[in-house]
Amino acid sequence: MQFVHRPDFGALMSEPLLQAVNLQCERDKRILFRELSFSILPGTLTRVEGPNGSGKTTLLRILAGLNDAWTGELKWCGAPLASQREAFLRNMLYLGHRPGIKPLLTPLENLRALMAGRNPLSDAALRQALQGTGLGGYEDVPCRNLSAGQQRRVALARLLVADEPLWLLDEVFTAIDAEGVKALESLLQQRADEGGAVLVTTHHDLTLPGMKRLTLGAGGLPDER
Amino acid sequence: MNAEARPVVRLAGNSVGALAAMKGVFVRDMKVAFRQRQDLLNPLLFFVMVVTLFPLGVSPEVSFLREAGAGILWVAALLSVLLSLDHLFRHDFDDGTLEQLVLQPQPLFLLILAKTLVHWMLTGLPLVILTPVLGVMMHLDGNSIGILCLTLLIGTPVLSLIGAIGAALTLGLRSAGVLLSLLIIPLYIPVLIFGTGTVAAAAEGATVGAYLALLGAFLVLALTLAPFAAAAALKISLSNG
Repeated sequence: MQFVHRPDFGALMSEPLLQAVNLQCERDKRILFRELSFSILPGTLTRVEGPNGSGKTTLLRILAGLNDAWTGELKWCGAPLASQREAFLRNMLYLGHRPGIKPLLTPLENLRALMAGRNPLSDAALRQALQGTGLGGYEDVPCRNLSAGQQRRVALARLLVADEPLWLLDEVFTAIDAEGVKALESLLQQRADEGGAVLVTTHHDLTLPGMKRLTLGAGGLPDER
Repeated sequence: MNAEARPVVRLAGNSVGALAAMKGVFVRDMKVAFRQRQDLLNPLLFFVMVVTLFPLGVSPEVSFLREAGAGILWVAALLSVLLSLDHLFRHDFDDGTLEQLVLQPQPLFLLILAKTLVHWMLTGLPLVILTPVLGVMMHLDGNSIGILCLTLLIGTPVLSLIGAIGAALTLGLRSAGVLLSLLIIPLYIPVLIFGTGTVAAAAEGATVGAYLALLGAFLVLALTLAPFAAAAALKISLSNG
């Protein structure tokens, strides 16, 4: 996988993009995590770890602003996130379990629709991104005729054209074959090296040089290494 | 340095305006809808069936049909829109499109307005277009049919807009149908009363300007408030989902 679109992160300051202070989340009367504080700096790759049910997905949804059931403080570039909502959304890319791929549309139409509100690109660039994720020749086949892994790859094509500096990726390696996993790993690494910030949850054994870890315990206090 | 005053990072890429984003939503929803055409026909078929059953089930007398026709058409249109509401956000919720919609930097209520417009164009508008044919079947006179079409043209967008609130609120629930109806029907009643009232007034030879103005006021109210309410409801449903 190769980037189609390479944003210049030179303008990024070395201050944290996103900061969480004393984050606490309770679900079904169970505390998923509390007193969770961390910073996400540009140029870092962070893996959120923890067993099933420890709140990895919930944490990512909280950071993205999709979940309101939390207390604490979130800051975007030093200012309260709530006051920076639009700027934050412009600079953040979230990929969840359900990546927003319409089965009735083709990969190209899906990618075009997903980029329409963020960064409309030419069809040539979008096709190049789809080819980059190994979907060459499938650009105009309805997604419901594609395999689960191929559908995930349509969502991954967004990463190749994304200009958002912050990526929140939930279980991004799901259904991707071994070769694809390797390519995706190096893509994430490359992104971090170029100054982007990547936060990823995965059960796949991801170990990259310079990778940070954020460990959530099952119901207990999380410890940050 | 004061944190509040610091310029917020904006990197490469141009920021997309609200109109372009709305167009993106509109085009996608239209494409998806036309890829499953049988779903488009459902509300129309329902509308036609309900209306044709009345002369068979109640009375084929011209006097009855002329009197009840407008009301029957309005009720059938209302139920037909109600039936189609559950699909408004459901598929988008299931495949994650809705999450991505909420995370778009443009105001969510505008994107919802675009979605609701698609919903109206594919359910309400076809009903309006079909109404003259069914009006003739119900022995309505030309003037009544014209007024009826006009009230439906103003009224069905209100139904779609109010319905969007209910559809957004009941999104996280497994069997949303009944609750959706219970939530929405009370809000539909004023539209129904003024919609049929307009036609009745026209049949009696009264001026209908005031009725139409009230229907128009409903539309303006729904246009300005419903997208905000639906946006807030969507965020709540996603947060619980």
